[in-house]
Amino acid sequence: MTPLAMPPVAIGPLAPVLIVLGAAGLVLLLDLLPRPVGRELIATVALAGLVGALLATLARWGKPGRAFQDMLVLDDFALFANVVICYAAALVVMLSIDYLGRNGPETGEYYALVLFSTGGMMLLAAAGDLIVLFLALELMSLSLYVLAGLFKRELAASEASMKYFILGAFATSFLLYGIALIYGATGTTNLDRIAAAAAGRAHDPLLVIGLGLLLVGFGFKISSVPFHMWAPDVYQGAPTSVTALIATGSKAAALAALIRVLVTALRGSQPDWAVLLWVVAAITMTVGNVVAIAQSNLKRLLAYSSIAHVGYMLIGVVAGGSAGPGAVLFYLLTYAFTTAGAFGVLTLCERAQAEAVEVGDYAGLARRHPVLAAALGLFLLSLVGIPPLAGFVGKFYLFAAAVRAGYLWLAVIGVVNSALAAYYYLRVVVFMYMREPEGAGARLVPSFAGGLALAIALIGIVLLGVIPAPFADLAQAAVAPLLR
Amino acid sequence: MVAESWYVALSAVLFSIGVVGVVVRRNPLVMFMSIELMLNAANLAFVAFGRRAGNADGQIAVFFVMAVAAAEVAVGLAIIVTVFRLRRRLSVDDLSLMRW
Repeated sequence: MTPLAMPPVAIGPLAPVLIVLGAAGLVLLLDLLPRPVGRELIATVALAGLVGALLATLARWGKPGRAFQDMLVLDDFALFANVVICYAAALVVMLSIDYLGRNGPETGEYYALVLFSTGGMMLLAAAGDLIVLFLALELMSLSLYVLAGLFKRELAASEASMKYFILGAFATSFLLYGIALIYGATGTTNLDRIAAAAAGRAHDPLLVIGLGLLLVGFGFKISSVPFHMWAPDVYQGAPTSVTALIATGSKAAALAALIRVLVTALRGSQPDWAVLLWVVAAITMTVGNVVAIAQSNLKRLLAYSSIAHVGYMLIGVVAGGSAGPGAVLFYLLTYAFTTAGAFGVLTLCERAQAEAVEVGDYAGLARRHPVLAAALGLFLLSLVGIPPLAGFVGKFYLFAAAVRAGYLWLAVIGVVNSALAAYYYLRVVVFMYMREPEGAGARLVPSFAGGLALAIALIGIVLLGVIPAPFADLAQAAVAPLLR
Repeated sequence: MVAESWYVALSAVLFSIGVVGVVVRRNPLVMFMSIELMLNAANLAFVAFGRRAGNADGQIAVFFVMAVAAAEVAVGLAIIVTVFRLRRRLSVDDLSLMRW
């Protein structure tokens, strides 16, 4: 009997994920100590893990690696997505310290779950095999389902958790069946080998149905219309810090994985999915923006706004080539900064015994706390896409990529939608600056960590808005390995 | 000897039953069972396709899916129990605190 040959184990490309998951384990252990340690210490360990992963990611820049027979592909594309994810998760942890102190249970498992889901997101962006993609997606999602229902005595939170779980699991089953059919059509789950096996048989019915089911699953995860119904309820019901993570990290990871699958494995079916995503992008933008106009709850408003932003990003996926996915990566970076910041301001505001989430709570905010009002104002203006903030440059690259690829009408729909979106974002700004507070408005309790997180986000959107070229070039270069 | 395509057809039928179950039923537990049915339909498809492709990838995928499904059961039942404790009733029609 021949001894089993051990496959080579490459730890290097795994290092960023291992650091995050190691920190998660450490947080769990610290939480179990007989003498309870302070929550601040646990949060600091979690933050250190994320910053360590960020540094490990940056250290690997330009040195692409593969591990476990190409199951994990840590190329520049994955590294760029990892930077966005780690950054968003680190902001969320910093904002959580204060927020949980006021609203939450005295436990460390919150931070462990944030880290586990962050690890899942990083794996998702680096998955080179559909099975790893499925596992990473589940690691991310299962942690997020629990996080959404963290305040388990609140009806809204458990309701959000249940909706998120049932619809998320439903979507995952579609994704899994799609993977099974693609495996049936090509005999492999490896993305590169699928591309080779699928070449020239783009109209194999198994492959087409598999692609469709895969897109349904991804559509749920990135909350594109018509699979967006869970997003507003979950965003509203979940703790605000968790909402920030769902809106930034999980969306960035799912979009990165979607781009990798479409551009590498299913590039032969490009005409098929481009047409489909054209329609989805147009409807997603329009529905998100139109429904957002009617919202009075700020978390819900931001949920519909995030649906609209997914529509913008799908423009870049449709545009394809190297410009399209590159523009999406850059947009993800600006979007993570902006959205994490906007939700960050929300976590810092509170009403008596409750969160301040109604637009009316923010009336006259500028007078009571000019700095935070200005911060929220800038984040909202960046979401509108007003120069010189990051949101403008991100949209500019997306629409430019669409026009260059010949999708003029899609770009026009995008621009019209951006104009439409200005209304509801600016309404909040008007409330903050031009209305008198009705009764006791939102009280503000910024802490050091929360303030620091907002400052980083603000510097980010201004920096990306003023000197976007180096970052956009990095994003373009990061897409190159996918297109070979 | 039954051809693999019959197993694939059966898995498609099971998957459809699961989808219909999730859409039609109102009890979260039954919806959850339907979701499990969908996952197992995918498992059956994996095994059948794996036999046709002549490699072990499909069979191995099933192990991963079963492990993930078990984790999903743990999380899902916990969430359902939490909601039941707050509401004392179990129907998704009650989950209407937030809409539009």
